[in-house]
Amino acid sequence: MKLLAIDSSGLVASVAVVCDEELIGEFTVNYKKTHSQTLLPMLHRLAEMTELDLGSLDAIAVAGGPGSFTGLRIGSATVKGLALALDKPVVEVPTVDAIAYNLAGHRDLVCPLMDARRNQTYTGLYRFCGNRMETVKSQCAVDIGEILAEINHTGTPVVFLGDGVKVFGEYLSEHCCVPYLFAPPHLNKQRAGALAALAAQYYKEGKTVTADAHKPDYLRLSQAERERKAKLYAGH
Amino acid sequence: MNKHTDIRILAIESSCDETAAAVVVDGRDVRSNIISSQISLHTIYGGVVPEIASRKHIEKINQVIKEALKEAQMALDDIDAIAVTYGPGLVGALLVGVAEAKAISYAKKLPLIGVHHIEGHICANYIENPDLEPPFLCLVVSGGHTHLVNVLGYNSYEILGRTLDDAAGEAFDKVARAIGLGYPGGPKIEKEAHKGDQKAIPFPRAHVAGDAYNFSFSGMKSAVLNYLNNCRMKGIEVVQADVAASFQQAVIDVLTGNVERALKETGAKKFAIAGGVASNATLRKAMEQLCMGRGAAFYHPSPVFCTDNAAMIGVAAYYDYLEGKFSGLDLNAVPNLKLGER
Repeated sequence: MKLLAIDSSGLVASVAVVCDEELIGEFTVNYKKTHSQTLLPMLHRLAEMTELDLGSLDAIAVAGGPGSFTGLRIGSATVKGLALALDKPVVEVPTVDAIAYNLAGHRDLVCPLMDARRNQTYTGLYRFCGNRMETVKSQCAVDIGEILAEINHTGTPVVFLGDGVKVFGEYLSEHCCVPYLFAPPHLNKQRAGALAALAAQYYKEGKTVTADAHKPDYLRLSQAERERKAKLYAGH
Repeated sequence: MNKHTDIRILAIESSCDETAAAVVVDGRDVRSNIISSQISLHTIYGGVVPEIASRKHIEKINQVIKEALKEAQMALDDIDAIAVTYGPGLVGALLVGVAEAKAISYAKKLPLIGVHHIEGHICANYIENPDLEPPFLCLVVSGGHTHLVNVLGYNSYEILGRTLDDAAGEAFDKVARAIGLGYPGGPKIEKEAHKGDQKAIPFPRAHVAGDAYNFSFSGMKSAVLNYLNNCRMKGIEVVQADVAASFQQAVIDVLTGNVERALKETGAKKFAIAGGVASNATLRKAMEQLCMGRGAAFYHPSPVFCTDNAAMIGVAAYYDYLEGKFSGLDLNAVPNLKLGER
């Protein structure tokens, strides 16, 4: 089974190819947010290096959201275009799950934190039983205080990762009451390798969608929709 | 690889609120032209909401592309190149089409052609006018653009004039909102204007001093707002249809004024209009009469090719294809891409 995985949900652009439990190649760049310009050239170079025949892929995996709205759409449109042209199914992997899978095998509670602006984070809670990931709390958009209260309530050690660590680091150091760690740099951001490994499990479980049906799961309405809703609500 | 000798281009357009795809053969033969409009989604917000537009594009784009191929009775294997609008427009909206087009071009090893949206609008005139060839004068009027262009060649444009503030279509939208007609303003004002008197209110015709070909519409829009305010203060009843008709005529007078000067001074014998506002029948009629009076041929696309569509992008791309002008996999969306700066 061969999968291509693409993640452009955050500052990192990452593409990977896995084949039967083997990571064939991964290209991750955490430099500047120009995914539109970098993503396909990255895929092209990875494909050249690994002599990848796109036609031999079984499916194409994508970070399905949440994340930067525009970043998600660049990844999604790229995957939809590839899958349309190659007639392949798409595997949508929740972004926060994929980030958590970077720490497969870790014994502590795993808490990815993505910066969602407005003092919010896209986050979730995960535990590993060996390499098998269990979801303690599904990915969601909440205030940083809310997820931290939940973590403090468990009373168990936790490891934080994701681009939110930088944003909320100070808050965490002041308010986290359980022992905590920050994941090291090579594991703390989106990695298409981890996404691909999770996607391979999904694929085996038959969890695929068509290229036509795939769309990002933003976990959030657009600002205009939020404001309209608030206005309607206020009117009642 | 392909056995056919004609050039078949699959074109994608997603610069604003229409998700569109088309198949165009040899630059003028439109085999399909699929447009998925989002107007109803944006109406409740009184205008296009960029994030909502972008979200809708990603949901619709594959279906629209497939529909375009199906209607053209082709598969991707029958296509010779992929064309896509990469600017100007809403960046988030453009990026969907650009990423999709690049992925298809890469997966199918097909050349990619990034197209300028306004050049597309101009090229829409080639579709139904097989005899039309450059050079000619073209007025592009839409919700986002007002350009008077000297089309020197298929890939060569000289801008004679542009709006210094609002686009003509934008002014229509704002005035429509002010008199309670809602969005989209262009068609609503046109419809209302039929019932009104264009001479009822003498709105000013703004001419930009020192430059014969530039436009300004924000003063005209303000004049309407002032008029409405004045009526309100004095308790005078506003006749919606008269405002619509008088405002529309003021815009048309300014547009025709500049075109007339340009025809005279360039000596052009062919004139075309393009863009969403070009489907306004009153504007067309005025331009047609102007051209007739000056002995110039008048060209205009059907309304379906005036609105944002992908067929026009396929037409523009064809002439790039002939010149071997292709884009790389690093093609980006350029929201403020200037005409003639490619």
